[in-house]
Amino acid sequence: MADAFLNIQSVKKDYGATTVVQDFNLGVEAGEFVSFLGPSGCGKTTVLRIVAGFETPSAGAIMVGGRDVTNLKPNQRNIGMVFQAYALFPNLTVAQNIGFGLKVAGVPKAEANARVAEMLDIIRLPEFGGRYPYQLSGGQQQRVALARALAPKPKLLLLDEPLSALDAKVRVSLREEIRSIQKKLGITTVFVTHDQEEALSISDRIVVMYGGKAEQIGTPFEIYNRPATRFVANFVGTLNVLEGTVTDAAAGKVRVGESEIVLKQPLSDAKAGATLSLALRPEAISLGRRPGHDSSLSGLISDVSFLGSVIRIRVDLGKNAISLDTFNSPATPPPTVGDKAVVNFAASDLLVLAV
Amino acid sequence: MKAGRTWAWLTFAAGTAYFFIPLIATLEFSMRMRRGIYSFDAYQVVLGDVRFQQTFGYSVLVSIFTILLGVLIVVPAAYWIRLKMPYLRPVVEFITLLPLIIPAIVIVFGYIRMYGSNSPLPFLATARGTDLLLIIGYATLALPYMYRAVDTGLRTIDVRTLTEAAQILGAGWATIIARIILPNVLIAVLSGAFLTFAIVIGEFTMASLLNRPAFGPYLQNIGANRAYEPAALAVIAFAITWGCMSVIQVLSRFAPKSANQPN
Repeated sequence: MADAFLNIQSVKKDYGATTVVQDFNLGVEAGEFVSFLGPSGCGKTTVLRIVAGFETPSAGAIMVGGRDVTNLKPNQRNIGMVFQAYALFPNLTVAQNIGFGLKVAGVPKAEANARVAEMLDIIRLPEFGGRYPYQLSGGQQQRVALARALAPKPKLLLLDEPLSALDAKVRVSLREEIRSIQKKLGITTVFVTHDQEEALSISDRIVVMYGGKAEQIGTPFEIYNRPATRFVANFVGTLNVLEGTVTDAAAGKVRVGESEIVLKQPLSDAKAGATLSLALRPEAISLGRRPGHDSSLSGLISDVSFLGSVIRIRVDLGKNAISLDTFNSPATPPPTVGDKAVVNFAASDLLVLAV
Repeated sequence: MKAGRTWAWLTFAAGTAYFFIPLIATLEFSMRMRRGIYSFDAYQVVLGDVRFQQTFGYSVLVSIFTILLGVLIVVPAAYWIRLKMPYLRPVVEFITLLPLIIPAIVIVFGYIRMYGSNSPLPFLATARGTDLLLIIGYATLALPYMYRAVDTGLRTIDVRTLTEAAQILGAGWATIIARIILPNVLIAVLSGAFLTFAIVIGEFTMASLLNRPAFGPYLQNIGANRAYEPAALAVIAFAITWGCMSVIQVLSRFAPKSANQPN
C-alpha cells in the first residue's frame, strides 16, 4: 500500500460532533479502477471529495504519486472529476467545455484544439463540438463531462455517481464506455456508486463502505462470494440469511429448523448452543438434486413469482425462509404454492456471517 | 366561464387606463407648446438645451461607473455568500435593504460630515472626489436592486457544482467568476444595471446636496420654472426606461441556457 499511486492514509472527517469518515485507509495502484460502494450517507462521496480537495480531512493524509496533496487546493492537484449533475458550463459549447482545463493551463491553442478533437473522437461525439450542453441528451452530456475531465491528462480520475441521473439503458452502455476509455488511457480511477451491479461489473476492486468505514475491500468476486461482514453480504446481491444453532462447533455442525448441516470448516469462535447466521445466494440453491449439492432443507413453497426468463420461488422452512431462482422452461410448469419442496445446496457455498 | 373572462378583460382595461391615461395626457400636454397645433417644440427646446446635454451626459457617465462599482461589489459578494456562507444570507439581505429604509438625505448628510475637507478622507475637497463619493452613494442606493437581481440569477444555476467543476480543472477564483459565474448571470446583472441606471438618472437629493451637475437637479429646476418642457422630459424619461427594459428583453434571448433545464 505504501507504493500505491493513490494512498488514503487514516483519513477521518468530522462535522462538528458527527464523524462521517473514520480511519479510512486505501491504496489504489496505478491504472486501477476502484469503486466506493455503499448506501446514502456512508461517507463514500466525502472520501472522494477529500481526495479531490473540496473537503479537508480532520485527520490523515492523501498521497498521489508519492506526493502529499492533503493541503493542496483542488486546482493544484491535477485531478479530473465527473459529477453526478454533469456540471457542464452552460455558457460554453461542447468544445469549449472540453478545452476549458487546457485553456486555464495555458496550453497553446493549436495543441488544445487537437486535444479537444481527440477527446471528441474518444467519446464518439466528433460532430458535437459546436453545440451547447442544453442541446445534448443526459448521456451525451455525461460523455462530454468525462472528456472535459480527461482532456488536461489528469493523474487521477474521480467519478462521483456519474450514472445516477441517467435512464437504465444509457447507464449500462455508458458504464461500459467509461470502463473501456479508462482501460484504453490506463488512468487510475475512483468511482463512487450506490449501485452494486455497476460496481461489480466495472471495478478491479470494490470498497464497500458503511457508517464512514470500509467494511471490506476486495475484487468483485471476493466481495460477492466471500463477504466479510453481515452488512456486505446483505448489501451486495440478494441473500438468504438462515438462523441456526451450533450443535458441534469442532465438527462445524449447525441445526437449521429440523435439519442438520455440516459446514466445511469448524466453528472455532462459536460454542455449542450459540445462534449463528448463515447466508446463501439464491443461485447456489436448487430444487432438484445437482452434483455437489450435499446439503438439503425441507419446507413448503409459499410464493412463486414468474419473472420471464427466471422463476423466483420462496420456500418456507419454519423459522426461516429461502428464495431461489430457476430458469423458466416452457416444457416444465412452475411449482404451485403449498407444494412440499426440498432445497439443495453445497455446504461449501454457505457463508458464516460475522455479527 | 364567459363572465369570468369578461371580468378579466374589464380589470385589464381598467389597469391599462390607469397607467396609460396620465401618460397620454402628459404626452398630449407636452405637444401643446405652440398655440393651436400639436408640435414637438417642447422636445426641441429640451433636447437643444446645453444644460440638458451636460447634465444628462454627466448622469449617464456617473451611472456607468455606479454600475461597474455595483457589479464589482455585488457579484463576488453574492456569489461568495451563496457558495461559502449561506447562513449569512438573511443578514446580508437585511443590510442591502437598509438604503430603502434610511432616507438618501440622511446618507448624504452622513457623507458630508464624514468626508468633509477637514476629515481624514476629504472626498468633498475636490470635484473628482465629490463625484467619487456620489458614485459610492448611488451604488449604496442601488444595492437592494442590484443584490436581488444578482442573487436571483445565481439561484438559477448550480453555483457549487459549477465552481467545483471549474476548480478541479485548474481555475482560480478570478477565472471562475469572470468566465463561468458572470456569463451565466449576465442577464440578472444587466437587469440590476438598468435598474441602477434608472435610479441614477432621476436621483435628486444626493446630487443636489453634493452640488453636482446631475440630471435630477436639472429636472427639478425645469419643473419649477417651465410649463411644457417638464412634460416633455417626463415622456423622454419614460422612453429611456422602456428602452432599457426592451434591451433587457432582447439580451435575455442570448442568455446561456441551463444544461439540465433547457429554456
